[in-house]
Amino acid sequence: MRGETMSTDPATRHAAPTPRRRFDAGRWFVPVVGGLAFLYLLVPIAYIFVFSFNDAGRTNLTWRGFTLANWQDPCRPSQLCEAFGNSLMVAVIATTVATVLGTMIAFGLERYRFRFAGSANMLIFLPLATPEVVLGASLLSQFLNLGVQLGMGTTVLSHIMFCISFVVVAIRARIATLDPALEEAAADLYASGRTAFWKVTFPLLIPGIAAAALLSFAISFDDFIVANFNSGAYTTFPQYAYVAARRGIPAEVNVLGSAMFLGAIALVVGVQVWRYWRGRKLAAL
Amino acid sequence: MAVNTTPGAAEELTTPQEHVAPPPLPEQSAEERRTWRARGRLGMLLVIPGFAFITLFFVVPVFSMLAMSLYVRPEGAVPGEFVPGFNIATYAHVMTTYGDTFVRSFLFATVATVAALCIGYPMAYLVAVRLRGRHLLQGLLLVVIIAPFFSSFILRVQSWRFILSDESWVVGFLKAISVLPQDGRLTATALAVVAGMTYLYLPLMMLPIYANLERLDTRLIEAGGDLYAGGLQTFLRVTLPLSTPGVMAGTILTFIPASGDYVNAVMLGNNVDTTTVGQIIDSRFFHATDYPSAAALSAVLMAIILILVTLYVRRFGTKEIV
Repeated sequence: MRGETMSTDPATRHAAPTPRRRFDAGRWFVPVVGGLAFLYLLVPIAYIFVFSFNDAGRTNLTWRGFTLANWQDPCRPSQLCEAFGNSLMVAVIATTVATVLGTMIAFGLERYRFRFAGSANMLIFLPLATPEVVLGASLLSQFLNLGVQLGMGTTVLSHIMFCISFVVVAIRARIATLDPALEEAAADLYASGRTAFWKVTFPLLIPGIAAAALLSFAISFDDFIVANFNSGAYTTFPQYAYVAARRGIPAEVNVLGSAMFLGAIALVVGVQVWRYWRGRKLAAL
Repeated sequence: MAVNTTPGAAEELTTPQEHVAPPPLPEQSAEERRTWRARGRLGMLLVIPGFAFITLFFVVPVFSMLAMSLYVRPEGAVPGEFVPGFNIATYAHVMTTYGDTFVRSFLFATVATVAALCIGYPMAYLVAVRLRGRHLLQGLLLVVIIAPFFSSFILRVQSWRFILSDESWVVGFLKAISVLPQDGRLTATALAVVAGMTYLYLPLMMLPIYANLERLDTRLIEAGGDLYAGGLQTFLRVTLPLSTPGVMAGTILTFIPASGDYVNAVMLGNNVDTTTVGQIIDSRFFHATDYPSAAALSAVLMAIILILVTLYVRRFGTKEIV
């Protein structure tokens, strides 16, 4: 094939447009496999959503007809909404603390020189390189040794711990991609270090910090394993679902799961639309 | 340096290169050196609270766990009662009893990681390269990948349990086309557990690869074509090597939680042939109140993961892991 296209006469080679891709399977392979992968990701979500409308009795295993009752009263199963509220509260507190501490670390490591930078990086990386079951078990060992009462406090502490590393990694990546010319420009315009930081650097990082906070919220809200080790009698939403799964998860759990999923999509889409409009307004000026 | 007549301007001009800049040079003024020191202190103030937190709630607990793995059970103790000691035999005991469980866990994690890579890479390539410039569609697909985190993963695993259950149409269909024998099933098999892990950790594989491919210069792919490389050859010689940091990050982020997983093993397997180390750690802690064994298992699991990740990074690595 290649011999034919590489004709010795340059004129004919240019006259007949040679097909650039001899191997064309790649062209279809990526959209087909990628599309199927998205389908694979979405099938269980679709199932959760559809079965939130199931007129199920106690166990939500077979389709028994359409109803809106589950959505109208998602708090019907006892302690479900309490567990949901617990998860939201833990996620909000853990995210707030982890985002503040993580942003500070990210700035410190990215903008200042340290003698122990290698060990500092290791300290950030190790919690990420430890499976949740070990994080949970080690923290529980410590709480047992110290005789700490397990509950909301220990759950929040454990969540802050594993969220910090994610926040640091996400924000450092953003800081590293900032254009240094912008800060230089601020300095050229006689902004002091502090002014340049608050007027230029920090505003540019807000989307990155928001994304890190969202990630932190998601992994805290979705955590089952660490909470299972460290929450004691305090029940989070994933723990409620896990215990309920043994005898059949009530349809109301699907309602809350679907609502969170739709809420997350609405939030991200809303932010995108808002940025798009703001961009257009700025462009019109 | 001569142009910087005001000390403030001199200080600011050094800022952007600070993290790569050499230490203060001798010709710098005393004032400048003072500023460097002040900045060093501010940097320490920024990182100390977070590192103190990680030390208190990660480093100390890991040592606490190591200590607990050596505790001994006193004579006539009630269940769950242990005293500090140096009982190294616990390690020998857990390794002989659960050696094959370790092998199984790492096998499951490896297969799930490879499967997630085979699915996640085309996904990331589709969104980052093929759909480049179509911001709305890209954004929507990324939301679709991240949003499942918000509907609890327990619910998603439960969905798979339902989809793969004996009465489901999937099993019926596989039996109808004779892929699955008439008395065959999908739940309570290793296949179901590995498929569940692959599904669950797919976003962790896809997102780092996406972040890497997003920055890929597509002119390099075109150059491969101009130099008469086929699509496959261009991919293997240009695209894949350039995306190595993303693939490294994705495989590590998938492999680590997969090797400690027990939710999939319990909900989709729950069978002696699918027991994972995570499941044993959980049951040693909560059902057998055998804290030293649970702690020893956790320590061994963490050690093996760190060794494997270090070897992997050494073999294929770049420095861009953290």
